[in-house]
Amino acid sequence: MYPRWLWPVFAVPGVVWLILLFLVPFYALIGVAFGGVDPVFQNPIPTWNPLDWQYDAMLDTLRQFLPGQTYWTVFIRTAIYVGLALTGSLLIGYPVAYYISRHAKRSKSWLIGLLVLPFWVSYMMRMLAWVNLFSPEGYINKILLWTHIVTTPPNWLDGNPVSVVLGLIYGYIPYLILPLLAALDRIDRSVLEAARDLGASPMEAFAHVTLPLSKHGILGASVIIALPMFGDYYTPNIVSGSPTTSMLGNQIDIFFHGGPQPAVGAALTLILSAFLAILMAYYMISIAKAQKEMAS
Amino acid sequence: MSVGQMNTAPRASLATAPAKRGIQPTATQKFRSWLFNPWGTPRSLVVITWLYILISIVPVVVAIQFSFNDGRSVTTWQGFNLTKWYYSDPAHSVWTDPTLIAALMQSLKLAGLDMLIATPLGVLLALGLARWRGYLASASNFIMLFPLVTPELMMGVALSMVFLYLYDWITPGTTAQVLGHVTFSLSYVVVIVRGRLFSIGKQYEEAAADLGATPFQTLYLVVFPLLSPAIFSSLMMVFAISIDDFVISQWLSCGADCDTVPIRIYNSTRAAPFPSINAIAAILVVMTLAAVGIAYFVQRWMTRGERKAGPGGGVTQAMGGFDM
Repeated sequence: MYPRWLWPVFAVPGVVWLILLFLVPFYALIGVAFGGVDPVFQNPIPTWNPLDWQYDAMLDTLRQFLPGQTYWTVFIRTAIYVGLALTGSLLIGYPVAYYISRHAKRSKSWLIGLLVLPFWVSYMMRMLAWVNLFSPEGYINKILLWTHIVTTPPNWLDGNPVSVVLGLIYGYIPYLILPLLAALDRIDRSVLEAARDLGASPMEAFAHVTLPLSKHGILGASVIIALPMFGDYYTPNIVSGSPTTSMLGNQIDIFFHGGPQPAVGAALTLILSAFLAILMAYYMISIAKAQKEMAS
Repeated sequence: MSVGQMNTAPRASLATAPAKRGIQPTATQKFRSWLFNPWGTPRSLVVITWLYILISIVPVVVAIQFSFNDGRSVTTWQGFNLTKWYYSDPAHSVWTDPTLIAALMQSLKLAGLDMLIATPLGVLLALGLARWRGYLASASNFIMLFPLVTPELMMGVALSMVFLYLYDWITPGTTAQVLGHVTFSLSYVVVIVRGRLFSIGKQYEEAAADLGATPFQTLYLVVFPLLSPAIFSSLMMVFAISIDDFVISQWLSCGADCDTVPIRIYNSTRAAPFPSINAIAAILVVMTLAAVGIAYFVQRWMTRGERKAGPGGGVTQAMGGFDM
């Protein structure tokens, strides 16, 4: 019914845009990472021909990832922070999503509206709010002092790893709950009824039916928030600002914005991308699968 | 239940059969059986859910509250003043501090241009990718998914490298920021529009063709009007993600003159900010919520009479890209 050339013509502007402003930039990043450095001004000279790439800078950077070296510490710290924030988010987010999916009745659309609300409040605004609350004279310390839980106000915002993990949880948990909710909503209730009819207790039905059936949802939602958390540098900067809590993203940020050494920064970014490639691939395959299901 | 268990299991039965044995459950036991009530909705879940919702929203409300503070503190309440940090303070209110107004304008400029460019581009791309078949089409679809899954930091670094060393006729600044914003918004538009495309199906177009419409008449008179709710949601979604963006704007910024509101917030949180920062953040929140609210109601009005899709009447459907 439509001419055959129509759909490719429709797609071309967008595809060309993505090639020029997504794929080519990544090639530029690779070119800088494997390029030379001007001996006088220390600014990078990108190399576009793969045959002329120089691997010394990359190897030097990689060597820093060996146990005991600089980036090893940062890498382990990043992994621990992301791991803790992810666990914390799941421990809070799963019960919330489960309750709304399974037990909320008339209040369901209201609850979903409230869950979506933080989504539309700018991330920086939420971090500002968080910092205001946790500042030395903020409400959190006032409450802690008033209830005599502590006698001296704790310093939350100066290199406190607890604040960084809490900040990450607060920042990313909305992005975890919604996909979890969608996954839990998709579970067929009759399966649960069957489990109960066959004598499973509520806990058993949850452990043997709901939890296994939401496994993909948990994995997917975790990947969705783990990816940006690994590339985060602003959250630790805002809630801590100390080198003792810096993550890999902070290292990259420093090499470009602090003491400018873009070649090292580019190498570091590439290493991070390679490390995250598995997570990204998993996420992409899941989206593609979901779209295929929608199309059929 | 065996006899042995009967004798040793008063722990579990206490809360349910206290009268028989003449023992009243203590307050803690009552509270525990209320909280973990096994016969209906487990109330511990209710408590967790409402606590979570409270904790996710209260800090933002408190931050907005301090934008109305009479003093210059953002942590100690010194009385209510509606206008001080919005426009009446002579030097540090949103209205009188030129850097704050500039940041707000820059944010709106980027969001507006992003909406104007990314939405038409994305709608065409969605139509094209949904119906174009073959290897090139699969490859294009693959490329389209990349910006959705790439952490913003990587995109920011890559884009800043390309503008510094390859497309060096575009210096970091507003143009570069707009190009960056469109790049990450495009895929969201595609996901939203494509979802709608699948849900309307092909029968309307086939009917139009049977009734003698040319392909272009079908596109103009059938496909685009049917897509309009999705186009509208895309516009609002692009506005919301563009105004929220920090990383891409920062990496492609030309310095203080290209600062957006999130960059201003980021730069000032660690430097004893005036409540005017809270005020400008509050303005941003109100604008985003207004955009989303309008989008939600207009979308509902446009799709009135259609079957509600999914939980929350399409709220989660609009999040299709994240839906695993």
